[in-house]
Amino acid sequence: MASHAVIVAGALTRRFGEVVAVDHLDLEVQAGEIFGFLGHNGAGKTTTVRLLNGVLTPSSGTAQVLGMTPADEGPALRRRTGVLTETPSLDERLTGRENLEIYAELYDVPQADIPDRIGDLLEIFELADRADEKAGDYSKGMKQRLALARAFIHRPEVLFLDEPTSGLDPVATRRVHEMITHLSHEEKRTVFMCTHNLAEAQKLCDRVAVLEHGKLVALGTPLELARRLGRSQRLEIEVAPGDHEKVLEMLAATPGFSEVREEGDAIFASGAEREAIPGLVAALVSAGVRIYRVAPQEASLEDIYFALQGEEEEIS
Amino acid sequence: MNWRAIRAIVRKDLKVVFQNKGVSIPLIVVPVVILMALPGLAALAPRLEDMPGTSFSGLETLIQNMPAGLRQALTGYDEVQTTVVLALVYLMAPMYLILPLMVASVIAADSFAGEKERKTLEALLYTPTTDWELFLAKLLSAWLPALGVAWGGFILYTVMANLAAWPVMGQLFFPTTMWLVLALWVAPAVAGLGLGTTVLVSSRAETFQEAYQLGAVVVLPIILMVIGQATGVMYFSTWLVALLGLACWAIDAVLLWVGRRTFRRSNLATQM
Repeated sequence: MASHAVIVAGALTRRFGEVVAVDHLDLEVQAGEIFGFLGHNGAGKTTTVRLLNGVLTPSSGTAQVLGMTPADEGPALRRRTGVLTETPSLDERLTGRENLEIYAELYDVPQADIPDRIGDLLEIFELADRADEKAGDYSKGMKQRLALARAFIHRPEVLFLDEPTSGLDPVATRRVHEMITHLSHEEKRTVFMCTHNLAEAQKLCDRVAVLEHGKLVALGTPLELARRLGRSQRLEIEVAPGDHEKVLEMLAATPGFSEVREEGDAIFASGAEREAIPGLVAALVSAGVRIYRVAPQEASLEDIYFALQGEEEEIS
Repeated sequence: MNWRAIRAIVRKDLKVVFQNKGVSIPLIVVPVVILMALPGLAALAPRLEDMPGTSFSGLETLIQNMPAGLRQALTGYDEVQTTVVLALVYLMAPMYLILPLMVASVIAADSFAGEKERKTLEALLYTPTTDWELFLAKLLSAWLPALGVAWGGFILYTVMANLAAWPVMGQLFFPTTMWLVLALWVAPAVAGLGLGTTVLVSSRAETFQEAYQLGAVVVLPIILMVIGQATGVMYFSTWLVALLGLACWAIDAVLLWVGRRTFRRSNLATQM
């Protein structure tokens, strides 16, 4: 992965009257990464995408995308970025192919390249057999795939995807996930993905930022966030059936492990820091416990997200 | 100026407009009624003379009350021919202006407010067009078809008027100089008037219908002109028509200036 930042925001702020939609946002997105931008509806995700594409001007602060200032160099910047809007925003009275043709012209794709470019995208996004039907007759998943193809018609260096799987069924969702991974890994594009789907972010994103009421409350990989927030480990321990009692007693006596319980053949313990694990394993071995498996379970993005929300509520 | 993008938006808007029956049907029906049915009715004028209870004495009184210029323009025609010329040349003139006005208003309402209603505007805002290019493309999407209908309609009306009135007139009497000025100078300006008004209204309207209904207020001056002509208060001389065109172009310039100032990506984005 290249190491230079393609998106840089510094104290980026946008107000709508009294409402602060984006509040002193600082972030950097590196070239080639899939960057997740998390937050509930109204957290300021879409406003940020608009600011980063020069569709809205900031109230204060700075932004640089691909080395350009969106507010001043919007048209030149938008030639190099592609945006999948939250709603597909397709002309439903036009066919799928016509939708792509219009946007190929708008993005100044060379005339001679348009038929092949569109043909390739229709194949990749599995729309070739329905390309000459009106977009209004497409299923929701097909519309989303067509909108994704449209966002990619000019092969942008940075793709902004706003809720790319919102309202899709699991099959369509999986297909869109594959597309995003393809665009990042095969086409080497930077993907800036707004979502409130935490499982999706955990699955696809290299790094995530969590936005709450326009403010950035966390930034990093899901693992980094879990550690930075000091979240405790959840430990799954599998030992020989005859050793269960001994392990339960030892865990109860070890400082830090606050919650210990049996579930089937495994024992689950949580509450202690990550650093407590080696000591525990050593103690169990010394005590002659026959250990089959010790599996630390990292906090999920969902755990982190709700933990952050809890902190925000405490602060406010 | 990115003319390729402008052409693409115009083509897209026209494709979308003409696939909407609610928009395209009035665009066909109104010109057909005004340009074909009304001249056809004029062909009945000679027969009215023979109908019981019909007389042209009222017409004589009307002509006596007309401005001197119009009376002079009608010199040399008999009563039946005067009726035809009054109807087809003078009374129809302001009605003809309804065409470019209506076409421009309908398409502009669909192009500006309709785009918001269909939620297709956002993707357009993310394209590499400037605000001015986007605005110009939207204007041309409505103005060019209005011009096409106005000029195509003028040719059609010329044929229909001469054909329908041939039994009475016995000669080609249309177009007059006034009508040439009306079609070539005033009609494009009137299209701009409908367009400019609808664009301003559309920035506030949420739906096509709302924009079209609010923008329809601009048709009032045309109705006043029809009444003015019918009652003899005014008549369309070549000079009056030329001045009318000048006034319309001046208003267009103001509307264009205001429209350009209000048509900002950021304004549109905040309304979505």
